[in-house]
Amino acid sequence: MAENEERLRRTMMFVPGNNPAMVKDAGIYGADSIMFDLEDSVSLSEKDAARVLVYEALQTQDYGNAELVVRVNGQDTEFYANDVKAMVKAGIDVIRLPKAESADMVKQLETDILAAEKEFGREEGSTHLMAAIESAKGVLNAPQIAAASDRMIGIALSAEDYTTDMKTHRYPDGAELEFARNMVLHAARAAGVAAFDTVFTNMDDTEGFYRETEYIHQLGFDGKSLVNPRQIEMVNKVYEPTEKEVLNAKNVINAIEEARLKGSGVISMNGQMVDRPVVLRAQRVMRLAKASNLVDEEGNYIEK
Amino acid sequence: MEIKETAVAGTLESSDIQIMISKATDGIQIDLQSDVEKQFGDQIRQVITKTLNDLDITAAKVKAVDKGALDCVIKARTIAAAQRASQTTDQPAWEVL
Repeated sequence: MAENEERLRRTMMFVPGNNPAMVKDAGIYGADSIMFDLEDSVSLSEKDAARVLVYEALQTQDYGNAELVVRVNGQDTEFYANDVKAMVKAGIDVIRLPKAESADMVKQLETDILAAEKEFGREEGSTHLMAAIESAKGVLNAPQIAAASDRMIGIALSAEDYTTDMKTHRYPDGAELEFARNMVLHAARAAGVAAFDTVFTNMDDTEGFYRETEYIHQLGFDGKSLVNPRQIEMVNKVYEPTEKEVLNAKNVINAIEEARLKGSGVISMNGQMVDRPVVLRAQRVMRLAKASNLVDEEGNYIEK
Repeated sequence: MEIKETAVAGTLESSDIQIMISKATDGIQIDLQSDVEKQFGDQIRQVITKTLNDLDITAAKVKAVDKGALDCVIKARTIAAAQRASQTTDQPAWEVL
């Protein structure tokens, strides 16, 4: 619900929060979102150090236009409260709550964020949040979780914990995730927030990665969580519109402009009426085309 | 902030700096090991000293092994080590971050 001016979120790259080399370089790979992790990739004895490291990096490093996300430790840990306070003070864009199972957990995070914004003089409402769905309970409550806060930007499926909870594990065909993926996606769309697919960890299986990415692209996910910067280009390739799609979208945009100039409420293209879903899809194709450097400033297709 | 025990933060991996802080009676003494000591030694010492002063630490023995850390990493590791040494990791020094 936050940031309704749609933003591309094809790639969310995980960065271990206690690794200075990776934290420092996170901005150079062109990920749409960068997720600094204070949770699973940081050992218990280093939680304090990771929190300070991410905080200081956020003060000084230039991460370009990437949306900056921090995964804090779970609400049942002793680290959660200070993680949230530190990241709000640091001015992070989005706080990601792990193991979200109910709307109340999201509301609790919202309350904690608001308190921190007041304490550190941050603009109220400036810190957004997202939730990771990692259990059967989380999947079944996904619609309530996705709609629990005006600060919500999206929900993500986290398959490792989820498949464990379901007494299975991940298979190449992803059948075990079918229900969860569709629940998360529908919950996100119904609430008007983004949907992120889970990570794909086998870096040697390029074919499998493409297969999974094409599948979640077809379902309608905004993008995918990534563990390796090499995967960014691969995801972007899957999300890149075809020349035909770009030309068609450009025609739709032109038709809207023409109708606007004429003062006509009805938009037609090639003698057919253009309705709202067509316009929205065209706008999304043009955003993707711009991000993929397929069009110039005016939206004209650039031959490869 | 009072130093109660010897504590370490940071690793010996590239782009990191390992900082060990222990009790001292007068002033801040820094023993620095770095491949870029000639070029950046003074700068590294200055970041450590300023961070400790901001934390109200005026006497400490510091051993630092630098692996090419940026200033923000040096500051972060100094804060983490100092908070561990003063047993205050659960009460972050918000005004110094």
